[in-house]
Amino acid sequence: MSVPLEHDYIGLSEPSSMDKTSESSNHSSENALNLKATELRLGLPGLGQDLEKTPCKNSPVKSFVSGAKRGFSDVNLDGSCKWGFNGGSDGDSAKGSCSTTSVLFGINTGLENKQTQPPIPLPVEEKNKASVTTENGRAPPSKAQVVGWPPIRSFRKNTMASNLSKNEDVAERNSGCGGCLYVKVSMDGAPYLRKVDLKTCKNYSQLSKALEKMFGRFTLGQCTSNRLLRGQGLSESNLKDLLHHDECVLTYEDKDGDWMLVGDVPWEMFVDLCKRLRIMKGSEAIGLAPRFMEKSKNQLRGV
Amino acid sequence: MCPFPDEVLERVLSLIDSHKDRSSVSLVCKDWYNAERWSRRHVFIGNCYSVSPEIVAARFPRIRSVTLKGKPRFSDFNLVPEDWGADVHPWLSVFATAYPFLEELRLKRMAISDESLEFLATNFQGFKSLSLLSCDGFSTDGLKAIATHCKNLTEFDIQENGIDDLGGHWLSCFPETLTSLQVLNFASLNSEVSFEALEKLISRSKSLRVLKVNRNISLDQLQKLLLHAPQLIELGTGTFMQELVSDPIKDLKNTFGNCKKLVTLSGLWDATPLYLPVIYPACVNLTFLNLSYATLRSGELANLLSHCKNLRRLWLLDTVGDKGLEAVGSSCPLLEELRVFPADPFDQEIFLGVTESGFVSVSHGCPKLRYVLYFCRQMTNAAVATIARNCPDFTHFRLCIMNPGQPDYLTKQPMDEAFGSIVKTCTKLQRLAVSGLLTDRTFEYIGKYSKNLETLSIAFAGSSDLGMEYVMGGCPKLRKLEIRDCPFGNAALLSGLTKYESMRSLWMSACNVTMNGCEVLAKERPRLNVEVMKDEDGDGSQAHKVYVYRTVAGPRRDAPPFVITL
Repeated sequence: MSVPLEHDYIGLSEPSSMDKTSESSNHSSENALNLKATELRLGLPGLGQDLEKTPCKNSPVKSFVSGAKRGFSDVNLDGSCKWGFNGGSDGDSAKGSCSTTSVLFGINTGLENKQTQPPIPLPVEEKNKASVTTENGRAPPSKAQVVGWPPIRSFRKNTMASNLSKNEDVAERNSGCGGCLYVKVSMDGAPYLRKVDLKTCKNYSQLSKALEKMFGRFTLGQCTSNRLLRGQGLSESNLKDLLHHDECVLTYEDKDGDWMLVGDVPWEMFVDLCKRLRIMKGSEAIGLAPRFMEKSKNQLRGV
Repeated sequence: MCPFPDEVLERVLSLIDSHKDRSSVSLVCKDWYNAERWSRRHVFIGNCYSVSPEIVAARFPRIRSVTLKGKPRFSDFNLVPEDWGADVHPWLSVFATAYPFLEELRLKRMAISDESLEFLATNFQGFKSLSLLSCDGFSTDGLKAIATHCKNLTEFDIQENGIDDLGGHWLSCFPETLTSLQVLNFASLNSEVSFEALEKLISRSKSLRVLKVNRNISLDQLQKLLLHAPQLIELGTGTFMQELVSDPIKDLKNTFGNCKKLVTLSGLWDATPLYLPVIYPACVNLTFLNLSYATLRSGELANLLSHCKNLRRLWLLDTVGDKGLEAVGSSCPLLEELRVFPADPFDQEIFLGVTESGFVSVSHGCPKLRYVLYFCRQMTNAAVATIARNCPDFTHFRLCIMNPGQPDYLTKQPMDEAFGSIVKTCTKLQRLAVSGLLTDRTFEYIGKYSKNLETLSIAFAGSSDLGMEYVMGGCPKLRKLEIRDCPFGNAALLSGLTKYESMRSLWMSACNVTMNGCEVLAKERPRLNVEVMKDEDGDGSQAHKVYVYRTVAGPRRDAPPFVITL
């Protein structure tokens, strides 16, 4: 990792460093759902290389996700930041890059460079059950592409997928069964957590409304319903605004255990990726990264 | 001419349960045919399209229980498009008039809608027993209807269905007056149910013998449930892990010890060495232990199995490794069935899983093995030969070497000799699933030696038409043949011309069969339905998916546009 520097948090990496990283991972790009449209371009120049050594284990969808997140090692003042939310059986405990801060500053600059290609459906999957493969298919492409092989029923496939993608805590999210997707929602400062069913919301603004209902007493602020969750990301000034006014930022933990800003990816993809939600207070997020990490690490472990 | 009155004959025949025996009985003479049809209470239909509901109702006037199977088995693995068919509703409509006193319905791979479930719940006053396995098309709303209306419900068994899970409210729909429940299985429904409602239901269901809850039920909650139902024979637990340490371990252990009748245990999600020991007091009586959702390692398994001397059936995840299987071999001498599932079927880098050596260890210690389903990443011919020698009583041998077309990893030879040794040694073999690199020689062995084989599954195997021809030329008792991704073409398909009417069905997908071949088959055998599923890409001449089955009902009238009946 590069020496920690005081960088502008809203740093952008060149698209090329993203590509390098995805090539270094052990999957072929033609197998990945081609999601350049939503690829986050976070991180600083040169950050790409030694992060995410394990995308070979990632499914097409997962690899997109991991390829898109970039931790901000600059914020990691002691140079090592080894908390992974899903250490566990993955052996991915080393993956604890400081992606939490990246959450707050997620900028969709990738949009400028996007080639608007429609996602390439996983070959030969015929039904909606294709999502099964994206949840747990981490194989080299030749394995992932054979429909219905090995011959394992969907229920078992989905269950195993959720086993492997979490740590040893009890699963907090339903997988595989179409209609119901409860995820925990925590809010900084609130005494207890809530659960929200993502399937009852069809888009980000509905989610935001649902959350406002739940945490009504603790205002989410203008930012979340209007700017943050409109799906197109934030500009630098917006973000600084929010944070300075101590308003809240909605974040989510994805399947890799990284904390991401809500609103960047298309809603359907978000529903697939989201394991839990957290409403963070702006003041905590800025410039207090080590403390933040420590705090959120404790909070999340305890939850 | 019958030497005794019909009533006597019917009385005698009413004692015969097996539908195969009943079929034989019905062929004796006209009197026996009639006596049999009047006395039959349960009908088993292995392929819902082989007969129509009207024909069934006309022949059997007094049915109380129906078992219906629909889609081809490969639909479990996403090889059959949605909306293919196997809708249960036409059956229910006929049954509403013909069998208003229907009590039991067991469906497998059928499509059933919420409306159908509601229809079922409201049109059959005495309905008692519902079992849905691998079905799809419904949501938990349909289950609400069953829970609400079926006043005499004894069995509610919902397993591994493609269900739209809209929440756990269905459980709260069981009325307070319902006390007759004997079987409650909602292990594969993911939403939370109201624990309060569940606890009340369990406590008033004094006849409950089977309870399988879902993963959301905690250990503390399980403890409470078991206190209400120590009479259980089969239990599926919820999650077996708990973060809060309220020291339930001692209590749980006692509770399990009190379940003296428990013989089947499953669930055990997230089980860890910390909580697993609570089941030890119950282990000595267990005959079936399903650990296929518990990611145990070899040590934990060994400790556990040392208490389970009476196991007949064991399902595992391959996280236990070969070492775990050694423990199986040394602890479970009475074992008859072993299934080892892959914890991570798509990624070799996380778990090696089990190998040939684990399987061999089990075969040494468990000579009574007759049913094996084994997922692995490597196998050798020599190992399988040893296994066959050690366990000559196999009736079901399903070996899945997960990498398609993989040879013996030591000799690099095809796996022909492995399956050859199985079919030569295991004369009672009824079901076989092959895998690995296989030439036509495997099928030559199968055709020649498997005199009792009824079900054969083939994938990514064979070298030419000869392979399938060998099978069609032998295997006198073959009933179900399912083939995918094999180089078998029209000659192979047509080599079974004289055989298909004695079989339930044939499935061939991604083989080399063309529309022409299928048309010839259809023409030659009008009593078969030859159905081809159109592929979106590709030209029209290849028959991408072929499903052939015998039927007395003629071509399907509900075939979707992508299914062509020739």
